[in-house]
Amino acid sequence: MLAMNYRGPFRVRADHKPDPVIEHPGDAIVRVTRSCICGSDLHLYHGLVPDTRVGTTFGHEFVGIVEEVGSQVTKLKVGDHVLVPFNVFCGSCFFCQKELYGNCHNTNPQASAVGGIYGYSHTAGGFDGGQAEFVRVPMADVGPTVIPADMDQDDAVLLTDALPTGYQAAEMGDISEGDTVVVFGAGPVGIFAAKSAWLFGAGRVIVVDHVDYRLDFVRRYAQCEVVNFREVDDMALHIKKMTDWLGADVCIDAVGCEAAGSAAQTITGVYTMMQAGSATALHWCINSVRKGGNVSIVGVYGPTFNAIPIGNALNKGLTMRMNQASVKRHLPRLIEHIQAGRIDPKQIITHRVPLEEVSDAYHLFSSKLDNCIKTVLIPPSANQVRAVASTANH
Amino acid sequence: MAHDNEHTGHTHQHDAHGNHTGDLAVFQHGRPPVDRSAIQGWGADLDRKNRPGVPMERTPPRIDAPLTQPEQQRQDVEVLVSLERPHMTPLFGSPNPPRGVSGMVRRAAFKETENDIRHWLLLMLADRIDVVEGLVEDLARGHVPNILGEMGIKAEWQHNKKGLAQKVVIGAAVAGIACYLLKRRDHRY
Ligand SMILES: [Zn+2]
Ligand SMILES: [Zn+2]
Repeated sequence: MLAMNYRGPFRVRADHKPDPVIEHPGDAIVRVTRSCICGSDLHLYHGLVPDTRVGTTFGHEFVGIVEEVGSQVTKLKVGDHVLVPFNVFCGSCFFCQKELYGNCHNTNPQASAVGGIYGYSHTAGGFDGGQAEFVRVPMADVGPTVIPADMDQDDAVLLTDALPTGYQAAEMGDISEGDTVVVFGAGPVGIFAAKSAWLFGAGRVIVVDHVDYRLDFVRRYAQCEVVNFREVDDMALHIKKMTDWLGADVCIDAVGCEAAGSAAQTITGVYTMMQAGSATALHWCINSVRKGGNVSIVGVYGPTFNAIPIGNALNKGLTMRMNQASVKRHLPRLIEHIQAGRIDPKQIITHRVPLEEVSDAYHLFSSKLDNCIKTVLIPPSANQVRAVASTANH
Repeated sequence: MAHDNEHTGHTHQHDAHGNHTGDLAVFQHGRPPVDRSAIQGWGADLDRKNRPGVPMERTPPRIDAPLTQPEQQRQDVEVLVSLERPHMTPLFGSPNPPRGVSGMVRRAAFKETENDIRHWLLLMLADRIDVVEGLVEDLARGHVPNILGEMGIKAEWQHNKKGLAQKVVIGAAVAGIACYLLKRRDHRY
């Protein structure tokens, strides 16, 4: 099959690899019809995630058609069109029993601090991802959700990570009616966090980034205010000015370990790797939120340590919540929101690229060329599926 | 009038804070209330009962999954296991088992806990060695990797000609200076 193949930092290509096989009776093999490149894939692409092995196929945001199922699979059938949450999870361990599906204890032997994630290095379980024609999906009766008949595939693929993660970011902010919510990062997750903040009853939503085309998009899409941090002297000061010198009620870090905006953080975190990435967005969250406020983190950081003003967090009495999204628990509600027209996720997709051109797709997204917000990769066999389906209809 | 600050920039008028007491603007910190009806779905999940993430740890879980531990996946390849868990997990990814020199470094890394910084530093080192081994692997099977292609030079050419030109100029300058310095060193001998 054709699959994305990681060769080293900033080097990926489309390659032929052996098809995945059923390795466990609960597995399914899914023929991928759409697969996104995620901002967190860029951390892998830039070589910042430990134990990212050459030969790995990335891709934790994909939808596809069930091609084959293992002997224990009872709910999924061959031919079902499914969306697959980015978490690889069992449904039965201590954590899954508490609906902490992003923290499953049964799917990642290499680390206890993170659950299994498709195509996200061996630190996250060593599973190959969905930027390929086929992918092995463990626990097929637990993870995948059959895409509702009336749902667009482009909406479905955004339900695998970007939308639930943005939504969970807002939910973890514990927003009360009228709260001022500041979202750092106008990537897909930040865009959906801003959109979701209104659903939770925010009174004011402000998005901060330095990429103008993304700020323009989010201002229209999420009806929010925007700030370009390149245009202000000091981010925390600016948020305080905007909020009568109190600070925001809720700050959301939707950036993670490759934040721009602070030379000290970028040099220590990205260039010299003295910390697990630059923690600029988190630093700004802590210093921009009001006393007693909430900080919610969904941006991804590395496993070692980061320099953040934790003393300020203590003195201000902050509540900080963070997690990998537990996608499955949010799906029923988010499907309702999409069906009711409250959120139209597919609008954020700017690029549709054949899987064969994966090298260019990564570079384009990484360098933010051509006003790229979200890229969807289409494997060659996805088109075959459509051809077969349409001949079957005639 | 309580909101005048917003438009003129802040003017240290203490009465501004007094004026906010008791009205909605207190929550909105000086900004006029937004027209909520213009925001699709505003407040749909205001009620905590509608929030799928409340409570954070919800037991029993709402998904219909078997409550028994999954059967153990068959293991045909080497899988490294964190010292911070006693057993192999029932499920794991099997692609790309440790190989070569990078594999030896990875094995050494897994002799340290996740809590130990050496674990992660060794893994980062192994990743860099793995890149070299990947090149050797490519060449060994007669494939000369198109490194510029892998780095997406086509997208750079299509969408960032200026940036590409800059990189070429800087690259040429660096190469030129390096050549010059090397030559100078040769002359000394
Ligand atoms: Zn993602
Ligand atoms: Zn589990």
